[in-house]
Amino acid sequence: MTDTTTTPPEIGGIGHSVKRVEDARLIEGQGNFLDDISLPGMLHMALVRSPVAHARINGIDTEAATAVDGVLAVVTGELMAAHNLAWMPTLSGDTQAVLATDKVRYQGQEVAAVIATDPYAAADGAELVEVDYEMLDAITTPQQSLAEGAELIRDEKEGQTDNLAYTWETGDEAATEAAFASADRVVSLTTHYPRSHPAPLETCGIVADVNSVTGQATIYMTSQAPHAHRTLFALVAGLPEQNIRIVSPDIGGGFGNKVPIYPGYVVATAASLLIGRPVKWVETRTGNLISTGFGRDYYMTGELALTDEGRIQAMRVDMLSDQGAFYSDAQPTRYRAGLFHVCTGSYDFPHAHIKCRGAFTNKAPGGVAYRCSFRITEASYLIERLMQTAADELGIDPAELRLRNFIQPEQFPYETATGFVYDSGDYPTALRKALDAAGYEELRAEQAAAREEGRLVGIGIAHFTEAVGAGPAHTYDIAGLKMIDSAELRVHPTGKAILKLGVKTQGQGHETTFAQIVAEETGIPSTDIKVVHGDTDDTPYGLGTYASRSTPVGGAATAMVARKIADKARHIAAHLLEAAPEDIERHADKFHVAGSPDQAVSIQDAAFAAYTNLPEGMEYGLEDVTYYNPPNLTFPYGSYVVVVDVDPETGVWKVRRMIALDDCGVRINPMIVEGQIHGGLTEGFAMSSMQWITFDDDGNCIGSNFMDYLVPTAWETPRFELLETVTPSPHHPIGAKGIGESATVGSPAAFVNAVVDALAHLGVRNIDMPVLPDRVWEAIDSASG
Amino acid sequence: MEITININGTDHTADVEPRRLLVDHIRTGAGLTGTHIGCDTTSCGVCTVLVDGTPVKSCTMLAVQADGREVTTVEGLKSADGLHPVQQAFSDEHGLQCGFCTPAMMLVGAALIDENPAPSDDEVRWAISGNLCRCTGYMNIVKAIQAAAAAASSSNGDS
Ligand code: FES
Ligand code: FES
Repeated sequence: MTDTTTTPPEIGGIGHSVKRVEDARLIEGQGNFLDDISLPGMLHMALVRSPVAHARINGIDTEAATAVDGVLAVVTGELMAAHNLAWMPTLSGDTQAVLATDKVRYQGQEVAAVIATDPYAAADGAELVEVDYEMLDAITTPQQSLAEGAELIRDEKEGQTDNLAYTWETGDEAATEAAFASADRVVSLTTHYPRSHPAPLETCGIVADVNSVTGQATIYMTSQAPHAHRTLFALVAGLPEQNIRIVSPDIGGGFGNKVPIYPGYVVATAASLLIGRPVKWVETRTGNLISTGFGRDYYMTGELALTDEGRIQAMRVDMLSDQGAFYSDAQPTRYRAGLFHVCTGSYDFPHAHIKCRGAFTNKAPGGVAYRCSFRITEASYLIERLMQTAADELGIDPAELRLRNFIQPEQFPYETATGFVYDSGDYPTALRKALDAAGYEELRAEQAAAREEGRLVGIGIAHFTEAVGAGPAHTYDIAGLKMIDSAELRVHPTGKAILKLGVKTQGQGHETTFAQIVAEETGIPSTDIKVVHGDTDDTPYGLGTYASRSTPVGGAATAMVARKIADKARHIAAHLLEAAPEDIERHADKFHVAGSPDQAVSIQDAAFAAYTNLPEGMEYGLEDVTYYNPPNLTFPYGSYVVVVDVDPETGVWKVRRMIALDDCGVRINPMIVEGQIHGGLTEGFAMSSMQWITFDDDGNCIGSNFMDYLVPTAWETPRFELLETVTPSPHHPIGAKGIGESATVGSPAAFVNAVVDALAHLGVRNIDMPVLPDRVWEAIDSASG
Repeated sequence: MEITININGTDHTADVEPRRLLVDHIRTGAGLTGTHIGCDTTSCGVCTVLVDGTPVKSCTMLAVQADGREVTTVEGLKSADGLHPVQQAFSDEHGLQCGFCTPAMMLVGAALIDENPAPSDDEVRWAISGNLCRCTGYMNIVKAIQAAAAAASSSNGDS
């Protein structure tokens, strides 16, 4: 392991595998998750959801529901409309129904809400709400949706005459076409990245407490972005922002699912406002899977123009996304398909052109960045699957093909064909290290021998480059809010400190790692630093935790504010040591005059002096706040190698080895980084092997519960072997790049490439995810037939 | 219906509706919120408690069925001697991230090592295969349960 520590373990700065402080409450059952919150007089809400995918609403009968013992109110779209709350804006500039008034547009859409004194009574009431639906044909694929004569799904949307949600394109079309026209070889791949769902084990929920006397709205909610949500609540509900306090308590996993604002949140808040009592709504699992932010659902055709030797000349992509009934992607405003244009991957070639269209369908909206930085998972999958296709078509070893095309270490900073400026990397070293660990040459020999015997062994490679840490304010915003982030550090007279963050953990361990950053920069032991986050009344503004942006943006803000504090402490130390500030050096927790280390003042001494004994003219206290606007994104990368054995009789494939080398720059807490990678690899394995949401022709969601939506258990999950290289980001204050999502981004292509590689000699070039045994069997069968 | 359940060593008597789920009774009746709810189909296991020492998904048992029985929840793992070895090991081995699955995972781990003092990797994986975790990829959960088993047998050996 690379040693990047500069502080002793008792200070616990960067590079130490400090044990997590959040564990103490969680292992004793003392976590405070949303459903654990109970307020005096609190009511409970249950949602009535549409059982059908597309229908006109002719009427809603709430009488029987209202008569249930304990039911106080039934809220319908009509009531919401009376308060101008039947529709709400989405994060992508569309509007979404809060409670349906005109028609329902997907199965599971929110139609009414029942408020009762007890959750059982609320559920009883919800059963009895009668909705008169007039059925309409359901459109379940974007291809149907964009076909001539398709029924208009968004008939309420002014100016909308078809089912097109957006179009977007980037790159140099003419140069790309010219490169394709003169290419020796053109390789193409058409694939569907299926709809998936983040499915954190804790579903979404809210306790809305609007005080009708003071106008104060305290909103406890499962939010990955509490500050942005406060602003959106203010805009949607017309409440003064100073009266809104969003508290995001312990979060039982987010993975992008808890970024959007969902109808349930808005209805519960409105109900609390109207009734004058706190209202709790906790989503059911089915509600979560059928209505909240899904990920992916991209139909992609990618092409590479290559020379006979396998040098890539250009890339062309045509992409069609299934948006569901509302365009509610959580993407930076400028980029309709997120950062999909990172699809040029880790390779050095001059031209690319990407065309994207999105279509409305009668399916749940979402399009969230599911453990992924804005559509990068789809992009990375496409290029890495294309590399496998090109290798198979050209007869070049897939590792060799990558080595021939890699951006070389000396080319960084490197501007890609679509305009990203990659910060740093050494791709050949990473790939070679992963191949060596796998014993690549021996595996290829074994594969050849196995084929002779009729056995199928596959070796899959993926070398991904991710773009995370959105982002520079000149380019990135969501709903107009620039994607900066913040940290506030207060050092108390006794030298203990409190760090307040704009970002919000959902299991990533910020309470530990962000304290380590402060420890590194100030010398205050990480165990002396309390990290506060998630309460908008008590933390500075930030855009939240998703897209692996906490460390790149919030972590940088933390380092910068800690530097300001350290600098003030240095000036105080100079005063105490009666020396000039420029002569003072800091080593871990001590300040001393250069050259005389025994004459030292500790950071704790300086903190005490900040409140007791200051140099003339200096302001009292040792506190500061920093808003960090990153100069660029950061670009973590990795080389993954997967070895599979495929049973030719059944199509069942088993992962024999999974080797994952990640380079996320400097690792703040190696233990936590590795935990993040394990989790990410598991979700990549899940998507490649079993996890997907499908619909039947009537728009019924198949995958509406954990019996039909398969997420891997410990039994199916492979064992992982982790490796690392460390290439710091040159523009990040501590050289960190972000890690939460790399493994989910990079690994699906490695798993799928492995299965395709096992079958490549039969002429198999693609199997869409999830690579189910019957799909593998069919591929073998039709190749040999 | 009046029932008495011994939860973590203390008798709780309450009048409950026959349809009330054990998990709801534990969470709101007894006020022990360390037991969680994650699905509607007995699939996720985050509601697991021990009933007379055996792991049970408390979302799929009625409170009245637990009448007269002993229930252990995460809040009952710690003893006067301090943390249960499985709690210590989950923290030491980084066996939790968001912590939502953790109480159930630890209870299943505790029940396993009661029966099997040195479970193999496969044995641990099989034992926890009714419990989902979306964060950790299970690697460190398995490590933690094995470490707890080792710690428990060495402290049993000492005494
Ligand atoms: S809540 Fe999911 S199994 Fe009990
Ligand atoms: S730690 Fe989050 S679900 Fe297991």
